[in-house]
This record gives sequence, C-alpha cells and structure tokens, in this order.
Amino acid sequence: MNKTVLDVKNLSIQYKTDLETVYAVNGISFSLEAGETLGLVGETGAGKTTTALGILGLLPERTARITGGEILLKEQDLLKLKEQEMQKVRGSRISMIFQDPMTALNPVLPIGQQIGEALYLHNDEGLTQKQIEQRVEETLELVGIPKARKVEYPHQFSGGMRQRVVIAIALICNPDILVADEPTTALDVTIQAQILTIIRDLQKKYKTTVIMITHDLGVVAETCDKVGVMYGGKIVEYGALEDIFTDKEHHPYTEGLFRSLPSLTGNSRRLQPIEGLMPDPTVKPEGCWFAPRCGQCMEICKKEAPPVWEDDAHKIRCHLFHQKAKGGE
Amino acid sequence: MMGENLIEVKHLKKYFTTSSGMLHAVDDVSFSIEKGKTMGVVGESGCGKSTLGRTLLCLETPMAGEILFHGQDIAKMPKREMKKLRPKMQMIFQDPYASLNGRMNVRQLIAEPLLVNKVCTSRAEVDERVNKMMDTVGLASRLAMAYPHELDGGRRQRIGIARALVLEPEFVVCDEPVSALDVSIQAQILNLLMDLQETMGLTYMFITHDLSAVRHISDEIMVMYLGKCVEKADAKKIFIEPKHPYTKALLEAIPIPSIESRKKERKLLAGEVTSPVNPAPGCRFAARCAMAAEECKKEDIPLSEIKEGHYAACKRAAAP
Repeated sequence: MNKTVLDVKNLSIQYKTDLETVYAVNGISFSLEAGETLGLVGETGAGKTTTALGILGLLPERTARITGGEILLKEQDLLKLKEQEMQKVRGSRISMIFQDPMTALNPVLPIGQQIGEALYLHNDEGLTQKQIEQRVEETLELVGIPKARKVEYPHQFSGGMRQRVVIAIALICNPDILVADEPTTALDVTIQAQILTIIRDLQKKYKTTVIMITHDLGVVAETCDKVGVMYGGKIVEYGALEDIFTDKEHHPYTEGLFRSLPSLTGNSRRLQPIEGLMPDPTVKPEGCWFAPRCGQCMEICKKEAPPVWEDDAHKIRCHLFHQKAKGGE
Repeated sequence: MMGENLIEVKHLKKYFTTSSGMLHAVDDVSFSIEKGKTMGVVGESGCGKSTLGRTLLCLETPMAGEILFHGQDIAKMPKREMKKLRPKMQMIFQDPYASLNGRMNVRQLIAEPLLVNKVCTSRAEVDERVNKMMDTVGLASRLAMAYPHELDGGRRQRIGIARALVLEPEFVVCDEPVSALDVSIQAQILNLLMDLQETMGLTYMFITHDLSAVRHISDEIMVMYLGKCVEKADAKKIFIEPKHPYTKALLEAIPIPSIESRKKERKLLAGEVTSPVNPAPGCRFAARCAMAAEECKKEDIPLSEIKEGHYAACKRAAAP
C-alpha cells in the first residue's frame, strides 16, 4: 500500500463580492498516492481551476474564502499554514503548470533565470550559484530544450517550447505534487502529444503525483489513473480510469459528456448534446445541480441533494442509483 | 453525380510582407465546393487556414489566382460590385467574446447587417427578420434586449451565427466557430449549423483545428500545412485511409477518449512547424517527415490524384 500524499477533504470555496456570492467549489474530496495522476474533468465554471488554486493557496485574497474542509499534504493541513510557511511549500513541494504559456512567463527575463528562480527561493540544499546553473541546464535538457537556449527570452520561443519552459520551472525543485491546469489547451494537437509525453515520462521518472485539470476526455484517457468528473463545484463521479471509461453505471452528466463528443469512428452525423446551459454558480440549488439538464431527473432530484452511491472506489453522486438499489431489495 | 460548383478557387496565393521576408500564408491552393456541401479545412495554427477563409471572402486581397463565385471572378471585381455580393457571402467568427460589440444589445447586433447592407425597406421588416432569425438560431425572444456580457459563450455564438445568416447568404465561412466553447455546448452549435444548412441550403467552408468536429460536419476535407493543401479527400475516407504523412501524424496525435488508446504506442511527430517566411523549396513537411527523401526537398510537390477523388501532395503516397 502506497502512502497517501495528498488528501483533500470536503473542500468548499466561495467568491464573495458586494453583489453576490459565487459557490465555486462545494465540498469536494479526493486523495492521491505517490506517482498517481488524477484527472479533474469538467466544463467551464465547474470549479476545476478554483480547486487547483485552493490547493496552492493562490486564491485571490480579496474575494475568495475557503469555507470548509482540509487539504492534507502528507498529513500537514495546508489551510492552517501561515502565508510565510505556505511560501515554502509552494513551488518546492507543490507546483503548478499554468494554462497559457504565452502569459505565464516574464517577458523581460531570460528563461534560464526564470527556471532558476524557484531554486534560489527554495534553496534548502544550500546549492551554490554554479550548482543551480547546472540544475537549470539539466532540467532544460529533460524537457527537451537545448541548454544553450537558456539565455534567450520567452518571445524567442514557440508556444510548445514555452510550455516546456513552464514545465521546467514547475519541476526544478522536484515537487511531490504537480498541478497541471489545462497544460495543452492552448497548443496544437501534434505539440500537445509531445507535451503530454514529456509530463508522463517525467512523472514516471520522479514518481511525482499529478493533478491534471482538463476539459478533454481524450487527454484524461491517455494520462490519468483516477478521474473526477466535476459539475457545479462538486465531483459528481469519481473512480479509476477503468470505472469511468467502460460501460458501467455512470452519472447522467458523465454519459452526456461522452455522448456529446464528436467521434472519430461513429457513423451518425448528428451529435447528441446535453441540452441547456451550465448552472448559475451564484444560486445554490436545493437539489442536484444537474437536475435541470438531466434527462432522468426525478421529483426527489429537485428537492434533495443527492447522496453518494459507492461501488468499491467508484463513486457517483446521484439519486438514480439509490432508487435502483432500493427497487432491487 | 456532380452538383453545381458554388465556389471554385484556382491557384490562390496570399503572401504577407514582413520585415524578414515574404510570409507565404496561402500558397497556390485550388479547390471547389459544390452547392449545399461543406468543405472542412484543417491544420495547425499558422498553416494559413484562416487567411484562406478571409481571402475567399475578399477580406484580404489575393495576390494571385482566381476565386469564382457562381462562375464570376470576385478576386478582380471592383469594390462597388463586390459590395453587392457581400450579403451572399458571410462569415462566422471564432471568438464570440471578441467579435460582438459590447455596447449593442442582441436585437441591434442581429439587425446591424440588415441596416448596413440596406436590404430592408422598413423598420417593421427589420424587426420581423430579426425575430425570425432569433427563433431560427434558438435565442429566446426575452433575450432581445440583453447585452453580450450577460450571455454565455454558446448563446453569444448563436448571435454570431444569426448575424451571418440574417442576410440569407449562400456561402458561409465558419472560422473555428466552436473552438471557444465547451463540449456539451459545442455539440449544440454543430447540430444547429447542420440543421441550418439543410433548411437554408447553405454552402459552408468550415475551418478548424479539431479533426473530430470537422469529420461530423464536412463532406470533403482539406488538410493544410504551411500554406499548402497537402491532402484533399472525402471526409469519411480521409479518416480511414490518410495518405499524406502529415495527415497520418495529425490523426495519430488526437487523444482518444477510450481506455484502449493507452496501450497503443504512438508515433510522435518530432519538431515544430517551420517558419512560413521564405520557405525552402520542396515539400514543406519534409523537415518533420520520417519518410522524407532527398527528392522531397528539391521541388514543390503538386497535389496528385491517388484514388478517385483522393488527392495528396506526397511522392511517397503516390507510389504503390
């Protein structure tokens, strides 16, 4: 049995402004062991990025409130840390790959300096200037950039290459956890395949735990071990990759997501979209968040928040399965 | 059975002058689209697919070549005459967040093309056509007074579609109309576009980088690489039997949402797209191609018919 590296319990995050409250994350829980990859899938506004920022302690101070839950990194609750202590964790033990490599880098610093910065700030091993330079060069080669290019500036790199630089920054301190927030969304497919391979190879090499945030089920299928499908700030279905991608019981939203994907092999021309729109995150519904768009919605769905149905590690947050279970008894 | 060609493009070229030389955005592209059909154009960023779409509508002046619309060459047409043709050729833009004027409400946005082109004689007629159009694209009439910032991406894209279609065009260039949308909304918009094509008899050019979406909506697909069309074939055939090494690599690179895809060893395409500024002669893809031979780098390789209706610009693909 591997040791649990990250354990998120019942995390809730709200954004409060004078006008309204946005319920971005509403009680999500998951745990990760060393070397595992969790895929968080969902559409815009599902709360994926907010979850990631919450774990890193990077939520906007003025509006965001963590209203409940725990984030345990090797049994240490990150939410109880002071900002100064959190700074030590961030970048060295947990790091993040940002979505848009075009804006994530500082345009006026050479990339070598930007990669080395993380190491200067978290220099626990007492490395000398020379050793840091050497580590920067090693990391660059690891992500497939010739080390001679470390003196160049971000504008001299293409999109795919910049994302490699961002990955190098995230990996130089050899973190326990890597949060990748849509790392390939801004890239072309052939470059996406290259970047995903790099992340996967490095993960194997260093046993890094990865949280892969994406809206692309294809990316999930290729990289993840566990999958959490998010909707309305909740994980509506959670399980091993096999649980989600095989013909088992599924949450109606998961089914809808799969059905609405244009397929590369199927014969039907028409697509089957999920009708309706994403829910308004400022209104907390009484029942299930998905109920207004759900084809199998029942009376109870509109009134009560659904409990979690479990089959080993496979969890589904839906009334449907409880009703079925009751009917079967 | 051959239908009438609505659009015929012959040896179209569009170069841009940059400080470092000529940028070959569209380089000698020829194709035709039958009335009522959809031509899908796929390729990575910088391959010239958007420029092709814009040049087709004469939003960019072509450098050389002909664009025949109903047999009339619009590339050399005087501006005044072109203006009369504009309502017949419309465009749906990529980003529904940036392409709508934030100071106009939905009704004004959809009415704008009618007013600009002076197609309606009375205020009442404008209102009638706007209302009808909102209904057609699935915008509830209560949204008529809403502003774009109040609406989500899917609804904004419906406004974009309504603006293009309110003039009852014959030909519509869709430039990545669903790339900015979520999957569940994307499917709604793709279905809407297909339904409208049927009811209004539209001809589409569908530009995208998403191969799986293009397969659903297109009759024919054209794959572009650095300004050149490298493969052109029936939409179904190109997925079953890709001929050009670039098309193969592109198909290989798509992550497939199924558990089997994990086990498959992928052949990764090395390197990145080379610069379109003053490209070297020969096959543009040769630098990244695993099958490239010396002869590929010597001269431009034209599209040649490999099978009936299946064209590829590759020496290796043509060989049996």
